[in-house]
This record gives sequence, C-alpha cells and structure tokens, in this order.
Amino acid sequence: MTSFFENSVGMPYGWAWFTATLIGILVIALPLMLAVAMIIYADRKIWAAMALRRGPNVVGPFGLLQSFADGLKVFLQETIVPSSANRGLFLLAPVITFTVALIVWAVVPFAPGAVVANINVGLLYVLAASSLGVYGIIIAGWASNSKYPFFSALRAAAQMVSYEVAIGFVLISVVLWAGSFNLSEIVTAQTGHVFGLLNGFGFNPLLFPMAVVFLISSMAETQRAPFDLTEAESELVAGYQTEYSSMSFALFWLGEYANVLLMCTLNATLFWGGWLPPLDWAPLYYVPGIIWLFVKILLFFFIFSWVKATVPRYRYDQLMRLGWKVFLPLSLTFVFLVSGYLMLQRVPL
Amino acid sequence: MIQAIAFYLFAGVVILSAGLTISSRNPVHSVLWLILAFFNAAGLMVLCGAEFIAMLLVIVYVGAVAVLFLFVVMMLDIDFAELRAGFVRYAPVGVALALALAAEVVIGFFGYTAGGVELAVKAAPLDPTIPNIEGIGRLLYSRYLFVFEGAGLVLLVAMIGAIVLTYRERGGVRRQSISSQVNRRAKDSTRNMQPAVGQGVEL
Repeated sequence: MTSFFENSVGMPYGWAWFTATLIGILVIALPLMLAVAMIIYADRKIWAAMALRRGPNVVGPFGLLQSFADGLKVFLQETIVPSSANRGLFLLAPVITFTVALIVWAVVPFAPGAVVANINVGLLYVLAASSLGVYGIIIAGWASNSKYPFFSALRAAAQMVSYEVAIGFVLISVVLWAGSFNLSEIVTAQTGHVFGLLNGFGFNPLLFPMAVVFLISSMAETQRAPFDLTEAESELVAGYQTEYSSMSFALFWLGEYANVLLMCTLNATLFWGGWLPPLDWAPLYYVPGIIWLFVKILLFFFIFSWVKATVPRYRYDQLMRLGWKVFLPLSLTFVFLVSGYLMLQRVPL
Repeated sequence: MIQAIAFYLFAGVVILSAGLTISSRNPVHSVLWLILAFFNAAGLMVLCGAEFIAMLLVIVYVGAVAVLFLFVVMMLDIDFAELRAGFVRYAPVGVALALALAAEVVIGFFGYTAGGVELAVKAAPLDPTIPNIEGIGRLLYSRYLFVFEGAGLVLLVAMIGAIVLTYRERGGVRRQSISSQVNRRAKDSTRNMQPAVGQGVEL
C-alpha cells in the first residue's frame, strides 16, 4: 500500500508510509470493534443455547443489536471513581487493557502480505504485548483500594505469569519448525506440512500436543472459564472490575473480548495454517485466504464459548498445578523432542 | 529527523521516569515508573536496530521481573515514618554512593572519548542483511557456546538454591492426589447393600 501512495498519488516516501500505516490501523481496528460487538452476542447466544435458554432476542432482529444497545447504555452512564481510589491509576488501568489488546493485531497476518507491521520478531512482539496485558488488571485491582479487586489482581498476576512460561515453550517449538519468528513466514512454512497434503503444524504428531497445550493456555491467559478465577463471582464479587462503571468498565469488557479473538487468531495462525486452506489442494485456494482464517477463528471462538458453557471453574491450586506441573514439563519435553527430530533430519543417514 | 525526535522522546521519558522512580513517595508508583523506564529503554533499543534485545527487555523485565516486583511491593506494609526516621543516619552512606557513581560516570565518559580498551578479539562483523536474532544465535551457539551454557548452569544452580532455601516440609497437610482420584473406580468405593427396614447400615 505504501508504494500505491508513493507512485500513484505522488507523495514522498515518509508521508506515503504514514498514510498507508494509518489506513492499515483503521482497517483493522474498526472492524475489530464491530467483530468484538458481534462476538459478545455470539458468545451469549452459544451460552444460552447450551443452557436451553434463548439469550439476547429483543433488540433488533434475533437480538443482533444487543451489544450496541449495551454499548450505548454504558456510554451514557456516569463514571464513578471511588473516593479512596487512586484516581489517576484507576482511570489508566482500563485504557492500558484496551490499548494492549489492540496493539498485538499489528503483526497478525490476515492474508499473504496483508499485515500492518511485517516485523521479523513478530512472535516475540506478541509475547511482549500479551505480557503487558497483566498490568491493566494489576493496576485496576490495586488502584481500586478495595479488598476483592486486590485479591483478583494478585490472582491474575500469578496466573498470567505462570501460563506465559508454558506458552513461551510452545511457541519455541513452533519457531523451531518454522525457522522464523515472523508470523507470515510461520504460516507459509505450514504449506503441505504433513506429506505435502495438509496445511498446519497441528496435524503433525510432534506438534499436536503443543497445539492442545496452547489452546488451554490461551484460555488461561485470557482468563476465560474454567480459568476465570480473577472474576469468580462467588468469591470476589466481580474481581478487578468490581469498582468500575460505565465506559471504564466497557473498556475492560472490550479488551477482554479483543484478547479472546486474538488468542483464537493465534491458535489458527500458529497451528492450523492461518489463511491457508486445511488441505493443500489447488481448488481450495480459490477461496480467499481471509475467509479460511475467519472460519478457523470462529471455530476456535466456538470452542472457547463451549468450554465456558460446560466446564466448571478450577480451584486456584489446581490451576497452578496444571500450569507448573503439567504444562511446563510437557512443553519442555516437546521442545527437546522437536529440536531433536529437526537435528536428526539434518544428519545424512 | 524522525529518528532524532524519537530518540529524544524515549531518552527523555527514560530519564524522567527514572527520576520519578526514586522521588515518588508511594512504592507502587515507583515500580510503575520503573516499568515505564524499561519500556522506553526498549524503544531506544528498537532505534539502535536491536529489535531482539528490545523485545527481550519487554518480555523479561516488564513482563516477568517487574510483575513480581509489583506483586511484592503491593503486599508490603510500609511505614513511611519509620523509613524517614533513619534518613539522617544513612545519609553519609548515600552521599558516598552518589559520589562514587558520579565519579564513575565522569571517568567513563572521558575513558570513552579517549578510545576503547581492547579486552578481547572482537567477533567478525556479521553480514548486515541477516536479522539480529539469527546473528545473536549464530554467535551464542558457536563462538560463545561454553560461556552461554555456563550462564545457563549458573541460573539453574541459583534456581535450585532458591527452592532448597524456601522449601519446607509441612506435616499434617492433606494434598490432592490427582492420579488416585482419576484411577478410582465405582466398584472400589461403593457397595450395594440391602438393609432390613429400620436397621440402617454399618459404615
């Protein structure tokens, strides 16, 4: 797009790059907000269907406009800051959560070449940005100056740091196989991965367990059920969101769902071939890549909702056990196995 | 031009937030300013073209170390009056440290302008076209392999040491045994009884 503004419109390179990047950001961020609104609706509908309820069905046809009505409602409400809260940090926390949830999308490739920042440390950028996500929650919990939000913040900090370790090792095994940290190159490395037939690292027996670990860890990382101990309503009221109202609450809400969507996208991109069709078969490539990616994202989102609707919440010690005693040794073993296999392939037999 | 603006922005914020780290009264605010300083230092690294180091700085320091810092500091119950009470007593030590640091900065500056000391043979300049992750990887796993593995061993020993120091066996704790729960079968734990009316069962 930069070359279009430079050559066809006749801008100098700097301005062409600036305009192209700005448009790229808008093209991703605005549909993302719309997608978050629709995905909240979808989440509630799936949830309701599994509980034999109807879910939102009043506002608009099939209740499709429910999220927009909710958005309008919180927009018109008063923002209440508790008198003993740390005012600046209290208002900064939702902004951090929301911003961090958006910046990761810069490196996500939607189709060949369709990425805002095609940087060679893409995956590390994703890790870095997702490790920032915890600050929104910690700051919110601390600045509220209230017991339950504070407990929730401590839980969130320990939980996210624990599962990032496992996620890191999973990503290492993917990077070893793809030979690159760039997300676009990781996707193209998956072309015809298993005997030239299937597109996706997840089809590889050595990487499939990692795909499962990553899926579960991504639920823990986004604090979705069954790992939603930070907002366990029977113990902590609403966790770190307890003292928040109106737009400051809505920013947490949007950020949370943007993160869920991001984790679905990462699952699709890292293990199931991103924009590639599942089979490496020519006619399937006539379907645009972005459609394959969206189908995969929605499939993973359905799994997230399904799990949320059916699985009971973990106890905190069980959560820690799963992260440190199961996922960490398992992913470490697979890093050894994957790198060992890749080294064996290099040895001339 | 834009690089210069970015440099002064990042560097300025680093210095400002480092100052606020020291001067802010609330320790949690101090840690948050420190995090801002880390973050902007990562920005400086990006400007140097060391994007790998920048990302590591954010992942390791901001994402892990500072979270634990914040975690600990938030739970500390700090009495500020008590802290300030010792100020006069420790002031000479503080001034001495500050002087030593200032002297080192000055000496370092003149040392730098005088030209570098050759401590070892420098590694050959790498091909500038390869990304710096690959460059660092090639050096670490060939030329500096033993140093790198040695550093890893030191960290491992430190980790084991920390576990040994803090671990204590506590008696009388009922632990959950996941495997025995999973392996439990209905026939091992239930019996079908046919008690006579009004008699109940012995458990």
